[in-house]
Order: sequence, then structure tokens, then C-alpha cells
Amino acid sequence: MNYKNREKIIAHSIFLLGSIIVLYPFFSILFLALSEPGKRISGFTVPSGIYFDNFIKAWTDGGFSNGLFNSFVVVIGVVSITIFCSTLAAYAFEKLDIFGITPLFALLLIGLVLPYESIVISLYYTMKAYNLTNTYWALILPQIGLSIPFSIFWLRASFKSIPISLSEAAMIEGAGRLTILTKILIPQMIPAILTLTVLLFMWTWNEFLLALIMIQDADMRTAPLALSYFAGNKRYGDPAITAAAAIWVALPVLIMYIFLQRRFISGMVTGAVKE
Amino acid sequence: MSTNKIYRPQTNIDYSSYLYILPAFIFYLIFVFFPLADTFYNSFTEWNGISEKKWVGLEQYTKNLANKKITSSIKHSFILIIFYSFLPIMLGLLIAGLMIRVKVRGMATYRAILFLPQILSMIVVGIAWRWIYAPKGPLNSGLDFFGLEEVSRAWLGSFDYSLPFVGLIGTWVMFGFTMILFIAGVQKIPSELYDAAKVDGAGAISEFFNVTLPNLKGEIVVALVFTVTLALRNFDLIYITTGGGPGTSTMIPSMFIYKKAFQMNQVGSASSLGIMLTFLIFTLVSLILIIFRDKK
Repeated sequence: MNYKNREKIIAHSIFLLGSIIVLYPFFSILFLALSEPGKRISGFTVPSGIYFDNFIKAWTDGGFSNGLFNSFVVVIGVVSITIFCSTLAAYAFEKLDIFGITPLFALLLIGLVLPYESIVISLYYTMKAYNLTNTYWALILPQIGLSIPFSIFWLRASFKSIPISLSEAAMIEGAGRLTILTKILIPQMIPAILTLTVLLFMWTWNEFLLALIMIQDADMRTAPLALSYFAGNKRYGDPAITAAAAIWVALPVLIMYIFLQRRFISGMVTGAVKE
Repeated sequence: MSTNKIYRPQTNIDYSSYLYILPAFIFYLIFVFFPLADTFYNSFTEWNGISEKKWVGLEQYTKNLANKKITSSIKHSFILIIFYSFLPIMLGLLIAGLMIRVKVRGMATYRAILFLPQILSMIVVGIAWRWIYAPKGPLNSGLDFFGLEEVSRAWLGSFDYSLPFVGLIGTWVMFGFTMILFIAGVQKIPSELYDAAKVDGAGAISEFFNVTLPNLKGEIVVALVFTVTLALRNFDLIYITTGGGPGTSTMIPSMFIYKKAFQMNQVGSASSLGIMLTFLIFTLVSLILIIFRDKK
């Protein structure tokens, strides 16, 4: 009994210490952002009061209403098209017999490991040739291509877990393949599709390098790109306003995380293990 | 596996099945595979992005390999692997080993907190840490508080400290992930295995090496692949914290690719560096998979 208790105390201390280490940077910039404008806090003191002035200043000066809007447009485009295409493809890979499935799968595997840092140069010149830089398309289309390998792998694994008897029964009644997919399989897949939606939302929202090279117009910047310009610009050298800006950018994903944390964690942990 | 298929081909191939994979593959081929092939081609040319491409064979590769700044940027990436991969995995394993049979109340909350760094934009993470490391930021105020004024400095502006301190941000991002992954893995190990080890008179340490570690092989591979690739790519965090500086003390290949392609207009050279980075990542991932392959 005593031994068990001691173990529990050690476990709690470890988790508590880990949690403090994780949370410290968050609270550190939160306190900074809430501090009195113009007053330097040392980072080791709790602020004397709560001031939202930094948040207001960051919002108006940094163009974050535009940035957040642009990010939402890109996220909606990427998530919807990726889910649509990947569901169809994962269904075919798992449930239909396709000649040459192994090489096609190997081809997708390349995309799973490929560092896209190395191909963005080529993407940039392609987009430029079609006059698509500074448009949503330059952000949406490549991000779909980059999201598809993981999405297919993820959805294929959950198609696999649906028993074959379900679709066989429907087939005997004469249902076509598309009907089986939409009427029988997809309803079973809703949790998996939701988790994938959450992950794609997060990855697309946080995407930075594509936006950095494709977007030159200030009006077209995504939220993280607007933040990087804001943080790098000497004119807004005030760290408290930068901290407030960072919180604006993190907020949508944070809110989503508060409500759907289990999906985030199980998606990334089991998704990684399944691969 | 094939018994799980709904439709099997009757006599000849049913081409309509390909319609299902067509949309996904169109996106994948145009926006991932073609750019990769195009980058590969560009890597054998000299090109400033505007004029005609000039075929130069392997010249860009030999030049890159002879460039001290580039070879040292690859060395930096390997140092970052220690911080992004090695440290979090060791920490995660140690803690998972300690938690074998402990049921912790409030685990869901701890998990949610520890996982937090994974969901945030690296730009946001970088800004938070830039403040912590700032000359008048929390770290230095803390050092001053304990009378260690001599130690405090502009950490990210230091030639000696900037690389390990950027690395520590990576450790911070990753350690919660490896902890959660390994603890989840440990809980799946059948308790009979531990009972059997107990009967054989195994102590805590031999239990860890003979039962826990071998049964976490799958999770270790996942953690290695995930953290090593991130350490080698890592563009966002370097861009927002140091930009590769001071000097080239935190320069990494992905930052070089960006600078060469978009600031120095050396597209051919940047492309060959991109192919080198791709090759490096594929080699390391294959190595990890080969080393940890099931020998059954």
C-alpha cells in the first residue's frame, strides 16, 4: 500500500513538472500580452492588472482580420477537397481490386516522407508561370497534394476495420459500389473522418513556408505569415504586442483543441503508429 | 487481405475502379511528384529563375559538398537531432519505464497539456521562446534573480549558445509527444510478461530492458521517424527564431534552400541542396526501419 502510494506521488510529480514546463512559455507570453502597454515586465513578475490594449493594437496594426479570414478560406478549401479525394481513393485501395496497387501505394509513400522544403522552389515557379502566386490557389492546391498521402493511409486503415459482411449484404441486394460507399461505409467512418478533419485543419492552419514564398501581397497573407511579418518588423518592436498577435494566431486551433483534444491526440498518436 | 475486397475482377481488369483514385492522384502527381521530378532536373542546371537553364551535370552537387557553410549546416541538423529526437525519446522511455503499473488520476488532463506544443504553429512557438530567451526576458531575469548576472546573455544572438538553445525548443515541442506515445505503448504490454519477469527474479532495470524496451519497438520507430524528419526539416522554427544566425551558427539545409532560391537567385544550387536533403531524409528513415525491422 505504501509502496503504491509512493509510486503515485512520483508519477504525479513527474507529470506536474512536465505540465509546468509545457505551460510556462504559454503563460509567459499571455502575461506579457496582458501587461500594461508600454510598461516593461521582466517576465518573472505577475502583471499588476489585466489590459487588453495589446490585443487591440495587434489586431488593428497587424492586419489579422485579413490574416485569419485568409487562413479560414485556405483551410476550408484544403480540408474539403482532400477529404473528398482521399475517401474515394482509400475506398478503392482497400475495398476494390485494383491492378497495380502496390506501385501506386509505393508512390504515395514517397509523399509521406518527402521534405516539401525541397520541392517548394519548383512549385513556386509553376505557380508563377500560371499567374497563380498571390492567390488562394497557390496555397490550397499544393497543400491538398501534400495532405493526400497521409489522408489516404489514415482512411484506408479505418476502411479496413469495417467488417466485409456489411457491404456484402448490400451487394447481394444489388447496391452499386458508389451506393455502398456513401450509404453504408461512410456513416461508419464519421469518427475517423472527423479526426482527419481536425488534423488537416491544424496542419493547414499552421502551414508557413508555402505562404511565405507564394504570397507577397499584404492583403493575402495567412495568419502565421502575417504574424511573422509583424514579429520581424522593427516598427512593432514591442514584445507585448507581438505576444498578443501570437495569441490571436494560436487561438482558433487552441479553441478547437479544448473541445476536441482527444481527437487531436488519438489522431496523431495512433495515426503515426498505424503508418 | 484480398478476402476483404468487395469486388474482385471477373475476367478482365475493371478500369472504372481507377476513377476512384484518379482525383487524389491528379493532385498528388501535379503538386508533389512533378515538383520533385522538376527539382531533380533543375539540380543539374545553373539557373537564376529567369534566363535559360544551363545544363551543368553534377557541378551543383560537387560545389555544395565543397561549400563549408553547407556541410556545416548539415552538421547542425545532426546536432539538432540530438535535441529533437534523442533527448525526448530518452526522457519518454525513462518516464514510461517508471509508469508501468501506475494508474494516475487526472491522466487525461496531463495528456492534454503535454500534447499542447504539437498543435501550435511553429511561428507561435518560436515567438514565445524568443521572448523567454530575450536579453530582458524571463530566462535572464531568472538568472539575475539568483545572482547569476554573469551568465545571462542574448541567448539566440550568441555564436556558441544559439544552436543548442534552438535545439532545446525542439526538445520542449517533442518530449510530451514521446511521453504520451510510450506510456500508451507500455499500457498495451500484457501484465503477464512483467509477472513472468518478476518470477525470474528480474529487478526494475532488467525488467525495463527485457520487457518494456522490446515491446515498445513499434512506438520507438514511430517516434524516431517523426522526430528525426522534423529535426532535418525544421524551417519555420529557425526562420522565426534566428534566421540561421548569428553568422551561420544555426544555419540548416532547408534555410539554405530558401535563401539560395529566393534571395540569391541560385535556383539550380538550391534544387541540388533540396535533392540532397530529400536523399538524407530517405536514407535515415530507411536506416531506422531496417535497424528496427522485426526479425521474425
